[in-house]
Amino acid sequence: MSGPGPDPTAQPPGNPDRLYILTGGQTRPEAKTELDLVTLIVTRSESDPGLQPEHTAVVRMCDFPLSVAEISAYLELPVSTLTPLLTELLSKGEVEARPPVPTAALPDVQLLEAVMNGLQKL
Amino acid sequence: MDYKSSDGYAGPRSEDILPASATAAVKVVIVGGFGVGKTTLVGSVSEIRPLTTEETMTQAGVGVDDLAGIEHKTETTVAMDFGRISINEQLVLYLFGTPGQERFWFLWNGLFEGALGAVVLLDTRRMEVSYDVIGRLEERGVPFVVGVNAFPGAPRYPMSELRTAMDLDESVPMIDCDARDRASCRDTLMALMRYLYTLTTVSTESQ
Ligand SMILES: Nc1nc2c(ncn2[C@@H]2O[C@H](COP(=O)(O)OP(=O)(O)OP(=O)(O)O)[C@@H](O)[C@H]2O)c(=O)[nH]1
Ligand SMILES: [Mg+2]
Repeated sequence: MSGPGPDPTAQPPGNPDRLYILTGGQTRPEAKTELDLVTLIVTRSESDPGLQPEHTAVVRMCDFPLSVAEISAYLELPVSTLTPLLTELLSKGEVEARPPVPTAALPDVQLLEAVMNGLQKL
Repeated sequence: MDYKSSDGYAGPRSEDILPASATAAVKVVIVGGFGVGKTTLVGSVSEIRPLTTEETMTQAGVGVDDLAGIEHKTETTVAMDFGRISINEQLVLYLFGTPGQERFWFLWNGLFEGALGAVVLLDTRRMEVSYDVIGRLEERGVPFVVGVNAFPGAPRYPMSELRTAMDLDESVPMIDCDARDRASCRDTLMALMRYLYTLTTVSTESQ
């Protein structure tokens, strides 16, 4: 799971749009895939018929983005059991991971403004 | 569980699906003593019916075993409720309500890492739990606000007295929070965001 790669917390603070571009939809198989509870998993292709049932379940479920926590809830699997399974699917290119917005030490002002706007609608 | 769709595969109900445009998520952790309303708060603001994720915790043996020089490890499964709020087409906020057993909160790898911050629900009947957790959050540098939950029959104190009792810095927001009330929970989350906002702008200015 670990290895050389860019430190996700070391990204420069930018506007949220830039963050989304930085984090959006890019899979770098050689980069370290730290799966957070709220990393979004999305299926990339038609599911490979040779997959094991639990892998197939993930691939089908993630037609639309789902967080690691949600997948764990639907499959009723502990996060630490699910993680290696997801890592395998990632390395096979079956799914892609959309990492959480990096918050480093303190979150970006524009990110907070976006969240406040969203909460206002509740 | 009714998560299985007709073809036997587990997954979200159609109304719980995120748009394909969802690019990244952030999280907030709700902590507080046993039965203080963490799960209720998550349910009050979540757009999905709250879900449960679990983790297997490995703990080293307790003191008695240590004295006897025997090392043993116990595995415990800990469950945590969570909910979701779509902030906009790209951004999703997840809220995690920690389980009642506070000794597991900080053992859950990645729960606090990367979190925007935390809401401490203060149970005025059991303040010592919150006192402990506030210390741990401060140690880890996790910003938090305190929601004071007013249960019927619970002792009522002025905020200033609670602040002193909890040894809380003047800058940490304290707010009344009824976990059953969506607007009250929203205001509590909003107080956290505003607090983060001031922390961020202050630290930018001082650079
Ligand atoms: N009066 C009042 N009752 C509440 C409030 N929040 C929760 N309750 C009630 O308190 C009980 C416990 O609430 P939960 O949300 O399950 O508490 P919890 O913190 O998740 O509990 P654990 O996970 O067991 O630690 C429920 O019966 C709620 O209806 C509140 O703000 N005011
Ligand atoms: Mg609960």
